[in-house]
Amino acid sequence: MSESTNPIRAARSPLKTIVIDACLTAFVVLILAIPFIGLKSDSVGTSLQLVTRWPLMFAVIGAMVAGRVLLNLWRMRPSAAPSAKGGKGVGATLSAWGGSHIKMIGVVAFVAAVALPFMPFSNRYVVDIATTFLIYVMLGWGLNIVVGLAGLLDLGYVAFYAVGAYTYALIATQLGWSFWLCLPLAGLFAAMFGIMLGFPVLRLRGDYLAIVTLGFGEIIRIVLTNWVDFTKGPDGISGIPRPSFFGAVFSRSAPEGVTTFADLFGIAYSSQHRVIFLYFLILALAGVTNLFTLRMRRLPTGRAWEALREDEIACRSLGINPTNVKLSAFALGAMFAGFAGAFFSTRQGFVSPESFTFIESAIILAIVVLGGMGSQTGVVLAVFALVILPEWFREFEQYRMFLFGAAMVLIMVLKPTGVMGHREPTIRLHPPGKPGEQPEVVQ
Amino acid sequence: MNAMEAMLNTEDDALLDVQHLTMRFGGLTAIDDLSFTARRREITSIIGPNGAGKTTVFNCLTGFYKPTVGCLLLKHPQKGDYFLERMEGFRIAQVGDVGRTFQNIRLFPKMTVLENLIIAQHNRLMKASCFALAGLFGLPRYREAEKAAVDKARFWLDRVGLIPRADWEAGNLPYGDQRRLEIARAMCIDPCLLCLDEPAAGLNPRESLDLNELLLSIRDEQGIGILLIEHDMSVVMGISDHIVVLDHGRKISDGDPEFVRNDPTVIRAYLGEEEGDDDHA
Repeated sequence: MSESTNPIRAARSPLKTIVIDACLTAFVVLILAIPFIGLKSDSVGTSLQLVTRWPLMFAVIGAMVAGRVLLNLWRMRPSAAPSAKGGKGVGATLSAWGGSHIKMIGVVAFVAAVALPFMPFSNRYVVDIATTFLIYVMLGWGLNIVVGLAGLLDLGYVAFYAVGAYTYALIATQLGWSFWLCLPLAGLFAAMFGIMLGFPVLRLRGDYLAIVTLGFGEIIRIVLTNWVDFTKGPDGISGIPRPSFFGAVFSRSAPEGVTTFADLFGIAYSSQHRVIFLYFLILALAGVTNLFTLRMRRLPTGRAWEALREDEIACRSLGINPTNVKLSAFALGAMFAGFAGAFFSTRQGFVSPESFTFIESAIILAIVVLGGMGSQTGVVLAVFALVILPEWFREFEQYRMFLFGAAMVLIMVLKPTGVMGHREPTIRLHPPGKPGEQPEVVQ
Repeated sequence: MNAMEAMLNTEDDALLDVQHLTMRFGGLTAIDDLSFTARRREITSIIGPNGAGKTTVFNCLTGFYKPTVGCLLLKHPQKGDYFLERMEGFRIAQVGDVGRTFQNIRLFPKMTVLENLIIAQHNRLMKASCFALAGLFGLPRYREAEKAAVDKARFWLDRVGLIPRADWEAGNLPYGDQRRLEIARAMCIDPCLLCLDEPAAGLNPRESLDLNELLLSIRDEQGIGILLIEHDMSVVMGISDHIVVLDHGRKISDGDPEFVRNDPTVIRAYLGEEEGDDDHA
């Protein structure tokens, strides 16, 4: 990106720059393409043979070089000089527009989300994907409290999700308590684990904190795998009760003394009802998470989280107790993961340690970072890019991970601070458009 | 009787009593048996050559270091006496009302100027919001407290001339504005003692003069004590009521500006000693 602004490069003649760049590109692509494209193992009969595909490889290299040359030419076009940061400008305008219309966007998105199951095109598959989408959005919003606002890098967030899921799974199967009773318990348990993790890491920051949280995530998963008497180990817990609608169950026929959802409303039974109900349940849970976080940001606790992210020493010099601030961030972030976990286990009807591997933590963290640390809208966009696009491109099979990677690279190149890197102040002295110097947008 | 009264008065005015403060880092003695008193409605400056231990005094005072020996007695005019060396870092600001600024400015750079000042009033707002509960439901009690906090912030923004830039990100402010914002932020905790670590560093002469006026007006209107570390002698000699000179962690002089200016030990510490040259040989 910086070639055009780099004075040393700019001093060179454009032709020379383009040729050198093209050669470099060809070299890099050659190194990558020999093993990936040039050589291919093929089974002929019973033996394995090495097949070479040089023409294809050179075609790919040629295409890459041509693309690079065109890109350079486009960058060096005369009109590009004054607005060298054209891409960023567009991004800044977009996120600034998003910032000022945030309420409207939120309402439109919410109405669209409510209407989704009743759309003509929606079927079980669409609603299911939307439910997965919302689970990740909720987890992203929860982790946003810890990472985005309080600036505590947490690589083991999925542990709290697991605690929530197993809390519901165990209590519901062992004691038979209802989902609505277990939901707050799951949140409470996860929050307790958040504080448990929080205490030993109070003095840690950055890389060190990341490593300890990573270890914590693994500890939880390994305990769940190995404590066979309690958690049934790798077999997982099955037969987890499904949630009911104020006592009305979602099934064709109900046992004595219980009504079914279909009877309650006098409609024909459809297996779709439960799917839609689960969708609205997670929509409500995610909505609560969002409202809570937005409100929290404007309260002293939330402001202290952000202040802690900015400068812990300054916080202490102002009489803010960093212990309380960190623990509250850990506990509240974990609590929402616990809610999401309870929802996950009632939706699946089955939990096992398999669902709570490190890659899940990594995806949730990637969602928060790519979305723009601390931005609620950014999380939604990032979930779309990282969870929904790979799901849609399922047909492309082997190119799925490629697209996933490409999306990440694109976001990091175009918007290094995340899709919505713009931070909206929690309080203003001069509302926009009133007297007072308006802050310059520096991105 | 009169003498007795005079003594009592000076006793009452004492705000901070540093007694035999010693701070060792391993084998290095950064502060060696330092005792001095800072009073209310006075600007007490701590000066000395580089590495004399001035910032270490501040760090002991505000709880970032635990002193090896000695006691730091804060005589809070409203709340009573506190031994600062026994308090945890954040409690000194929270309970003892000691505010400070830093040598290399420590603002919250991504947050706005106004937010910086609101955060300084965290503890009061936290109480008013019943630990976020009243705030979550938007009870009037919290809304009033927030309004009061904004008013206080507006007052200090006005004093340091930052009202027009209240919604800027603090990190985007020019250097001089950042220095003044940090002072305003420390004042927002309603301190009884304000510790300023080189507030004039990096300011141009004009800004430095404005700073002098600001500090004098804070002293006179708020009636608080100011403890000042500064290298700029025009600031130190111009506004100090009382100067403590440190060299290699030891106090070498203590008195009013006129006394310190003419003290031979101070001149020697700053300009070097003629007979002492055999040390370097």
